[in-house]
Amino acid sequence: MADEVYPEDLRYHREHDWVRLEGDEAVFGITWFAQDALGEVVFFEPPAVGALLSADTSYGELESVKAVSDIYAPADGEVVAVNDGVVGSPELVNSDPYGAGWLVRVRLTNPARLDALMDRDAYVAYLAGLDQA
Amino acid sequence: MSAISSRTTSLHARHLAAGAKLGDFAGWQMPLDYGSPRAEHLAVRSGLGVFDVSHMGQIEVSGHDARPLLVWALTNNLSAIGPGQGQYTLMLADDGGVIDDLIVYALIDRYLLVVNAANRTACWERIRAGAEGRDVSVADRSDEIAMLAVQGHTWEAALAPLIGSPAPLALDYFEVTEDMVADVPAFVARTGYTGEPGVEIMCPWDLAPQVWDALIAGATPVTPAGLVARDTLRTEMGYPLYGNELSRARGPIPAGLKWACDTTGLGFAGADAVRRDLERTPAERLVGFVFDEPGIPRPGQPVLVDERTVGIVTSGTLSPSLERGIGMAYVATDAATPDTAIVVDVRGRPRRAHVAGRPLVARSPRTD
Repeated sequence: MADEVYPEDLRYHREHDWVRLEGDEAVFGITWFAQDALGEVVFFEPPAVGALLSADTSYGELESVKAVSDIYAPADGEVVAVNDGVVGSPELVNSDPYGAGWLVRVRLTNPARLDALMDRDAYVAYLAGLDQA
Repeated sequence: MSAISSRTTSLHARHLAAGAKLGDFAGWQMPLDYGSPRAEHLAVRSGLGVFDVSHMGQIEVSGHDARPLLVWALTNNLSAIGPGQGQYTLMLADDGGVIDDLIVYALIDRYLLVVNAANRTACWERIRAGAEGRDVSVADRSDEIAMLAVQGHTWEAALAPLIGSPAPLALDYFEVTEDMVADVPAFVARTGYTGEPGVEIMCPWDLAPQVWDALIAGATPVTPAGLVARDTLRTEMGYPLYGNELSRARGPIPAGLKWACDTTGLGFAGADAVRRDLERTPAERLVGFVFDEPGIPRPGQPVLVDERTVGIVTSGTLSPSLERGIGMAYVATDAATPDTAIVVDVRGRPRRAHVAGRPLVARSPRTD
């Protein structure tokens, strides 16, 4: 399993999803915190290529042996690619959540939505708040 | 996690040191996994795993009327076992609903019932009620007895250096003996819940770490395994789990447990309901199933045939051995035949599956 890190170059959603901006496209995944809470991931139910994702809405599911977890779109967009590597080897979400464990690539339809997301420091502070709750 | 209300076993520090993820199970903080339930499952299938199952309950029954008390309280034919033998059996309510499934061991001068943690109180109350007016002594030993399950085909190599005599190695399936294990007095039984050969070791509560440490330090590799792996292992075998396949709401016959009921005498509590179930074709039956496409079934999901709901999933998981979704379900009797094509509604997505005989994964030939 990977070490607990939250890269500086990502934006974070309160449901523990991250987004990496790459031009007018973006890559979505789940954070170290999310994969740790879920445990060993054994199944990824991806959206279809071409699906329209709405921010704050579930676009797929990750399952561990015991639990199902919805994955939330951190921004609006159209799916242009699904990570088939994770479909075939779901444990990549645990071993490399920000790299090989990415989930979908989208074309952002409302990039302004990214402003509503947390930067690294805000997300780490948010996690600290959850810890105390 | 409610650390305040739940109890820990004497192996708690060992679990933390081994990196366990803990979860609440029937009021106990138990190891769910030690990082990878899949790796723990496969270690049991290919080598050896050790489980802390100290949360399970132990009830001792002795005295002149011990046998009649248990013939009343338990469904299986108690005359089939003698000292040194155990038996899978059920405790039923008067209406035939299942209070618990358990193993009863006949020892030289008493019986020992090993019951599910969640049903410890219910079993104890039932036994105590049955003891009224009978010449018996009953005792709840659950707080005094720890329990380790050592499961996998290398169990003999791991156990041999630790035992006081060779007797545990000569046990047949479901037999039990008293011996020393790592200098700790213990009952060693050739039982388990994984489909692999192995033993369950019951010893004094505070001495379990000594047994655990000796197993881990031994030359034969043994993997600590958590309750998640225990659940996937038993699901592959199609073993029922109380709370999933068994409950007060159903009797043993729909669950396919006629073999655990003494149907010749039918003198046990709840026998009238069992007799009624035997005299008619049950409306539903417990079956195993295997997915024919990706997905993971979960308890509570509907089972359909030709878009008609015919049943409900009681257990479901991804089989680490088959790398497919597997599970158990109660389905209408006409859909219970092996190879019947079924559909499981996985949160609105239909998944094709077929009814399959249990075990769902071939049992290790070395189990018996």
